[in-house]
Amino acid sequence: MNYRFTALVAATAAVGLFAADSASARDQVKIAGSSTVFPYSKIVAENYAKANTNLKAPVVESGGSSAGLKQFCDGVGEDKIDIANSSRRIKKGEQETCAKNGVADVVEVKFGYDGIVFASDVKGAAFAFEAKDWFNALAPEIVVDGKLVANPNKTWKEVNAAFPGWEIVAFIPGEKHGTREVFEEKVLAAGCKATGADKLIAEKLKAAGTAEDKVKSATAKACMKVRKDNGGKHAIDIDGDYTETLARLSSNKESIGVFGLAFYENNTDKLRVATVGGVTPTVETISAGKYPVSRPLFFYVKKAHVGVIPGLKEYSEFFVSDKMIGEDGPLAQYGLVPLPEAEAKAVRETVKDLKVLGPLS
Amino acid sequence: MSAVAQNPSMPESDAEEAVGRFDNPALMRRRRREEVRFQAYGLIAIALSFSFLVILFGTIITNGWTAFFQTSIELPIKFDAAEIDPEGTRNPRVLAQANYQKLAYQALYEKLGLENPTRQQRRAANELLSRDMDTQLRRMVEADPSIIGTTQSVWGLASGNIDALVKGKIDRKVPQENRQVSDLQIEWIDKLTASGAMQKQFNTGLFTNFASSQPETAGLAVALIGSLYMMLIVVLLSVPFGVAAAIYLEEFAPKNRITDIIEVNINNLAAVPSIVFGLLGLAVFINFAGLPRSASLVGGLVLTLMTLPTIIIATRAAITAVPPSIREAALGIGASKVQTVFHHVLPLSLPGIITGTIIGLVQAIGETAPLLMIGMVAFVVEAPQTPLDPATALPVQIYMWATEAERGFVEKTAGATIVLLGIIAVMSIFAMILRKRYERKW
Repeated sequence: MNYRFTALVAATAAVGLFAADSASARDQVKIAGSSTVFPYSKIVAENYAKANTNLKAPVVESGGSSAGLKQFCDGVGEDKIDIANSSRRIKKGEQETCAKNGVADVVEVKFGYDGIVFASDVKGAAFAFEAKDWFNALAPEIVVDGKLVANPNKTWKEVNAAFPGWEIVAFIPGEKHGTREVFEEKVLAAGCKATGADKLIAEKLKAAGTAEDKVKSATAKACMKVRKDNGGKHAIDIDGDYTETLARLSSNKESIGVFGLAFYENNTDKLRVATVGGVTPTVETISAGKYPVSRPLFFYVKKAHVGVIPGLKEYSEFFVSDKMIGEDGPLAQYGLVPLPEAEAKAVRETVKDLKVLGPLS
Repeated sequence: MSAVAQNPSMPESDAEEAVGRFDNPALMRRRRREEVRFQAYGLIAIALSFSFLVILFGTIITNGWTAFFQTSIELPIKFDAAEIDPEGTRNPRVLAQANYQKLAYQALYEKLGLENPTRQQRRAANELLSRDMDTQLRRMVEADPSIIGTTQSVWGLASGNIDALVKGKIDRKVPQENRQVSDLQIEWIDKLTASGAMQKQFNTGLFTNFASSQPETAGLAVALIGSLYMMLIVVLLSVPFGVAAAIYLEEFAPKNRITDIIEVNINNLAAVPSIVFGLLGLAVFINFAGLPRSASLVGGLVLTLMTLPTIIIATRAAITAVPPSIREAALGIGASKVQTVFHHVLPLSLPGIITGTIIGLVQAIGETAPLLMIGMVAFVVEAPQTPLDPATALPVQIYMWATEAERGFVEKTAGATIVLLGIIAVMSIFAMILRKRYERKW
């Protein structure tokens, strides 16, 4: 009960915007969210503690973007987290929940990009993918001779004559991962369009009596579906992390896995990376926008906690400083794709002025 | 089948039957065969489980023993006064802000014989050293500012990738472009190793360092402290409550429908998946009572709930094992019920209670699932001072290291597993010794 009371006090203090609240018991920043952002957040927390010996190091939890944002939007108060890490942008619904619980002012900080790469065993064959290859390999229905048919492809050779005759076995991130969304949008949906399957799917939906206004969203949804035939052996969801994908690859050498760029860069002696659209994924090609499968990484700061929780603003500013997210910083060394200079400057401004994110559409 | 064997239940022919069986060589042979076969099954079962155990321990130990050693480089560090404290004030704030990493790098260039290193050479050389060298040197200066201006020989940690290469976890035969360590760096490593300036040393940091994103400086200290706090809380709460509940249920409570229901529920609780206790902890201790997330206090409370049924069941079994004659004798000479229990029954059942408690603790110390829900899967850079501070636990640390991308964390994961298994083994052996020593056969 005593704690509820102190939490209440802290919440009131936060609303009243009292700077340097001496009654606040919590003196370290609490962070939760994306497992992709987790390693970066850790490196920053560690260096922050080293650079500010007078402030306490933040505590970082990892549990997924959605879980982190849910905790973040839970309310204002000493027992609520201050920062949510996210490997995707906050959704409209989440923003509304936030506002409903009193977390109206949220500062959105984009701190870099992450590439998503396709890799096979280091001794295996080289792959040069196009988005349409992935669609033809993993979609439940593909276009053959201008008609939509159940996916007949069993080996990569059937997908593209240039590929080896491996059976199609792909380890893709499970539905709970933010990485899956990027894979679906940037690879499967792009392949759907490139093969012309989207038009055929839309026609089919119309013929089946789908309402005109819903055809578009239903088509987009159908384009991102993954096949489940042959006992689901072609596309295997990995709900764990990249270490699990790596273990699965080394037990089945003729398979392909989806990894984050940072993970691949730390395991180049075990993995052979595939090109997409003829571009090899590297920090340079991704920051130049040449490699197509990448996504921005974010963290969200609770403005009401700034000034109440010591070190919150300092941590955020330290995170986006050139020392951390710059090209020679430790985050880039780990595998983060740095922001272009103009964007980095804008982000630093946002953090400095605590610019609040406007309502999303 | 003889006629005798078909009527084994006829009492009047028992004696003759027995004689008949021993007389029948075929029947005897069959019985012997059955016995041999059954023993063989047993042996196979034991051999199988033993070989699994050997494989499990074998892989953990072969993967993990190297985690107890860490590659270090001996460097002649010049604690240059102009670099650390140009104005000579010895102000602690100035000392804390100096660029110690640069001092370490310069000592390394000198050690490698690089006169005027190019940018590329510098970068390659810098990668040999841990990025945490600055912390080590800063602590040295803060402990003894008089070393400023002198040159000290310091053993500093090599970076995680270099350590992995020295231990053979990164294959030298892999082509350079696919390897985390370049040919030039390997050349330097071989040179340093040959001159004795690069050695594997016992890794005390594994036990004393806090969480780190670099494998070479990552340690178990936060997890060890967190696990210790949690075990203390579990012992302080679950032993008194568990033993009291068991004594009351066994010695005082009337046997009726209500106590039956309680008993069934205790047995059910012991079988509830531990993640459910985590959810309960999240709802009750964090959301309702407002206790802080990631705190070992909450972890301890959740594990207490989980351990209680085990302790109650073990204590009840130990109390039931005390023969009724002891109670009757005590009551017979005029002792009250409470005196009987506390003077006679409880001391005699103590070995059983302690064994049960230790088994419950062993279960609790290896538990991960409930801690996931209450925020203990966290990156904690500082030592928890009180049970209210953020902490992790040993099994959680193993889980977190297992998901890291760098090669150095693979052996760290196995090393932490060895530490956890060691603690569990010590606790189990302790329980066994207590049982052997104080156990009474009636």
